[in-house]
Amino acid sequence: MSVSKPLPHDAAKLHVTGTARYVDDVPMPTGTLHLAFGTSTIARGTLKSVNLENVKNAPGVVAVLRASDLPFANDVSPSIHDEPLLSDGSVHYVGQPIFLVVARTHLQARFAARQGEISYIEETPILSIEDALAADTRFEEGPRVYTKGDVDAALTSAPNRLQGQFEMGGQEHFYLEGQAALALPQEGGDMVVHSSTQHPTEIQHKVADALGVEMHAVRVEIRRMGGGFGGKESQGNALAVSCAIVARLTGQPCKMRYDRDDDMTITGKRHDFRIDYDVGYDASGRLTGIDFTHYTRCGWAQDLSLPVADRAMLHADNAYLLPAARITSHRLKTNMQSATAYRGFGGPQGMLGIERVMDHVAHALGKDPAEVRRVNYYAAPDALSGSSEGKPGTGRRYRGAHSPSPEADNTTPYDMEVTDFILHEMTEKLLADADYEGRKAAVSEWNANHATLKKGIAFSPVKFGISFTLTHLNQAGALVHVYQDGSIQLNHGGTEMGQGLFQKVAQVAAARFGVDVSAVKITATDTGKVPNTSATAASSGTDLNGMAVQNACDTIRDRMAECLGGLHGIATEDVVFRDGLVVVGDVEMSFADAAKTVYENRISLSATGFYKTPEVAWDRIAGKGRPFFYFAYGASLSEVVIDTLTGENRLLRVDILHDAGASLNPALDIGQIEGGFVQGAGWLTTEELVWDDAGRLRTHAPSTYKIPACSDRPEIFNVSLWDGENRAETVYRSKAVGEPPFMLGISTHMALADACGACGSTYPDLQAPATAQEVLQAVKRTRA
Amino acid sequence: MNVSFLLNGETVDVDTHPTQTLLDWLREQRHLTGTKEGCNEGDCGACSVMVTDQNGARTLNACILFMPQLQGKAVRTVEGLAAPDGNLHPVQQAMIDNHASQCGFCTPGFVMSMATGHLNGRTDHDDILAGNLCRCTGYAPIIRAAKASEGAPVPDHMRDTPLHLDAKAQIPAPETSDALAEWYIAHPNGTLIAGATDVGLWVTKHFTDLTDVAFLNRCTDLQQIDDQGDTLRIGAAATMTDVLAAMRDLHPSYAEMIRRYGSEQVRNAATIGGNIANGSPIGDNPPALIALGATLHLRQGDTRRDMPIEDFFIAYGKQDRQSGEFVEAVTIPKSAPALRCYKLSKRFDQDISAVCGCFNVTVEDTKITAARIAFGGMAGTPMRAALLEAALVGRPWAFDTLQAAAAKLTEDFHPMSDMRASAAYRMEAAQGQLLRYFDDINGNETNVLEVRA
Repeated sequence: MSVSKPLPHDAAKLHVTGTARYVDDVPMPTGTLHLAFGTSTIARGTLKSVNLENVKNAPGVVAVLRASDLPFANDVSPSIHDEPLLSDGSVHYVGQPIFLVVARTHLQARFAARQGEISYIEETPILSIEDALAADTRFEEGPRVYTKGDVDAALTSAPNRLQGQFEMGGQEHFYLEGQAALALPQEGGDMVVHSSTQHPTEIQHKVADALGVEMHAVRVEIRRMGGGFGGKESQGNALAVSCAIVARLTGQPCKMRYDRDDDMTITGKRHDFRIDYDVGYDASGRLTGIDFTHYTRCGWAQDLSLPVADRAMLHADNAYLLPAARITSHRLKTNMQSATAYRGFGGPQGMLGIERVMDHVAHALGKDPAEVRRVNYYAAPDALSGSSEGKPGTGRRYRGAHSPSPEADNTTPYDMEVTDFILHEMTEKLLADADYEGRKAAVSEWNANHATLKKGIAFSPVKFGISFTLTHLNQAGALVHVYQDGSIQLNHGGTEMGQGLFQKVAQVAAARFGVDVSAVKITATDTGKVPNTSATAASSGTDLNGMAVQNACDTIRDRMAECLGGLHGIATEDVVFRDGLVVVGDVEMSFADAAKTVYENRISLSATGFYKTPEVAWDRIAGKGRPFFYFAYGASLSEVVIDTLTGENRLLRVDILHDAGASLNPALDIGQIEGGFVQGAGWLTTEELVWDDAGRLRTHAPSTYKIPACSDRPEIFNVSLWDGENRAETVYRSKAVGEPPFMLGISTHMALADACGACGSTYPDLQAPATAQEVLQAVKRTRA
Repeated sequence: MNVSFLLNGETVDVDTHPTQTLLDWLREQRHLTGTKEGCNEGDCGACSVMVTDQNGARTLNACILFMPQLQGKAVRTVEGLAAPDGNLHPVQQAMIDNHASQCGFCTPGFVMSMATGHLNGRTDHDDILAGNLCRCTGYAPIIRAAKASEGAPVPDHMRDTPLHLDAKAQIPAPETSDALAEWYIAHPNGTLIAGATDVGLWVTKHFTDLTDVAFLNRCTDLQQIDDQGDTLRIGAAATMTDVLAAMRDLHPSYAEMIRRYGSEQVRNAATIGGNIANGSPIGDNPPALIALGATLHLRQGDTRRDMPIEDFFIAYGKQDRQSGEFVEAVTIPKSAPALRCYKLSKRFDQDISAVCGCFNVTVEDTKITAARIAFGGMAGTPMRAALLEAALVGRPWAFDTLQAAAAKLTEDFHPMSDMRASAAYRMEAAQGQLLRYFDDINGNETNVLEVRA
């Protein structure tokens, strides 16, 4: 069967031959115009004068638009209409689009965009957390608070207590393909838009509003993106809307793509956070109560900041049962790029907070941090049920000293029962397979014998909630055609950004029809084929679209079975689809012959499919409910070395055990894990966003913003899949794998802190990203 | 102007202007969209192509490669990587087999770098690929693919033969340094373009209108590296790839620093003369050359003058270079066993230094008799640490000596804070490098890159 096979990415051959087509590669009709934004050079104020004569007179310029030239909505916000496409007179960050240049070529547009003469009435920008708190600029009326138990009492009565403050930076997506869109005007005012987007339906919606038409007049298509990582969930709106508006005004096709510096200056990034914590714990390291305060800089517009900050709160527990917890979240409005979705969507930030607490508590007690983590784990399901039998197919049963008693509370701070916890077994296996104890001793020995170069080793687990926290987004549609020659065309609402979604879903379709995956043609995502789609986000792509496709295929298959069974006097349920054949009693026919026969019997070979995630229900204001259908788990162990003279550091070895359920495609899933880990490690080490005091982003190109390069991957990099089915009824019992592995990178930061800790007895208090500079500061703190 | 070169085995004659980039031409004029624009500044490698000339095949970033630089050369893009019969190149097949592409946008650049390395029989994959960024895979499967294709035969079509052009080229590219000297006297405000790894960005990022230009890549006598007995004379137009090769045995620590300088694609284009002449305070060659005691050779018309290289750097953005005068060569001693070069950056590979410290301390009978210590990133120019040097000379070679003298760096330098590092950290790290130097010379483990799990 095609599911569970490690097949290559469906476009692999197109990738390596350079024939995979991205938006900028789509052949342009003659006369295509090119667009570029003229942007703000100040962080906060109002426009005083805008002289665009030099822009208009620049070579190749056809038109220049300002907000007043827009025919309908001046809005590209994905949430609360607070994000004008072009400045309405107020300026909120350096890089905000003020005017739109239309020119004959891309270079002419970019050149002209720099010729504007703009003066401002400047105001003092709100940049820091302190600035925003002082001015009380925030989204929502005040902080969100989730509470479980009596936190103050728990802290007061705790045997031990400590406090800390932890800052973590944001992260630039650095998708290799920058934002791009191409609009092709159609007859009667209709518009076709090619957009490099994770969210075609939203592009359709925003374009329709900007053109003053209904959604049926706009069709959005995307075959693939050159990386997304959340950065193309809402950030492509401005380009698509601009192209559509100008295409409507001029009647000519329009294309817009950001130069890399523009992309990094204009678009949002991962939210940075400061997390304050006050924690009580016993002598074993078991937490008795914790009070977290999250502060995040959301930038100038709301975008997706509320659900991002929510998800950070929802991962403030990570894998740990918190008997009493309060999580307070401040969503601060600052004069910077509007922070947006990024792989993990707040989850990594929330999780890093509690992992830091585990590290801190272990240090305070002089205990092994891995041990302290395990002491705090949620209970395993069998421990909860009190059953003495292990679950079949899930490996060995765990009932160790760390498992809470069966009656124990096993709920998250948001009142969701954790019923699928498998980290006890996973942790035991990973630490044994990777020889944690032996290597920990070897690291200690190294450190005893080396004055300057210190090693560190650390374990960290991941428990990541799967589902959109906005419950209505947990739905998907599909459209499947079987042609009379037996070939199959597949379409669904998910978008391909490299994650292998299309191949995994094609494997599902092939399995339902019992054919080889080569019989399935994967087509571009198209709002004209499947409407009202959710963004391909929240790791949900395969769970949602795989199920929708499965349902569509089953509809067609059942019709075929009924038709063929009827022709041969066989019950519908006894018709078998396998190995490219349809077996109807004693008769075997090729799938192609079967399709032809069914067609000739005038039975529809086309079907839509629909799926909605069951069981989820969530009240985000109360902070109570079941936001997630299930959890995905992972465990990682990192070993590092640091130079205590300069702080230079290096990742030496990584061992990962990750839970993808019953993997639909182990090769693609391992690819997500390796890539996610390195991206997560990059976030916490070399990737540093720097704004100056005027609010200008100083790291707006790969020359200054350093994502991991080839040699930064760990030389020893062992990645294994946990062998077990999803307890939840997902497509072929697989689990989502897009975001969870990103947070495996947290072990790298913990290992660096461990290495710093080898220099002295004070807690290193390592912040993130742990650049060489930050590592050296932590070494100094340790020695203090 | 007209430029002729081979493109995927076919001769093309292109009417172009001096600063049209190969990337724009490929994508917009030829509709060869396999070569991608990722950053337009030579830092991501998505536009990597293979260029073959008399010196062999190498990878270059097409986004900062001007069309006239290709005159007579052979260019191979991803569209020309599979055999004419459609058979995939071994690295392409290995990339598929090892699941080494995800979004696929960086992949054309990767396969071009890998195929060029494969053609040249190289297996130092981390170095070959340091200039190709991938955001999806974490690189592990790409390295597996590179290793898997190591032994495969090189397909015949990969061995390009550069063009032999009879007609004198129309492009402003002097064939000799004499011709260059003459041109520069006549065009004192003109711009010399060697590898275009810096000037390329003036065009792609700052829209500088360069019309009066001379390309140096045909100036073969400027590219020579001559062994002169005790010294090595390096022509200004020698690429950093050539300099790296020349330094491997002579000055291994300098070579190791160059290995991390730019990337394969950047070193294949960038010249040592360009890195000196632009006077950047964060160029990595000058501190090493200062520590070596290099002599800089300048030429203006037929007039030549020499100077200790540190004297060339007067102030930020200001060098001791007259109108129409250019860097012709630099001469370094062949022996400097105590030279150590430490490049500190946020990322090890392909990153601009926050601090580049280069140390060359002479010890005779346990006493320090001479010291040449220079830093990049610590001042407005690459600069010697004069007070530190003075504090060392005459003292015993001992850790305490260095530790005590380290404070002098705070008098030598007043570094600035920027996106790469804070001023305070620059100072701490520079002092740390000084202490590391003692351990390093004494044979202790000092390099995190050499530590294994």
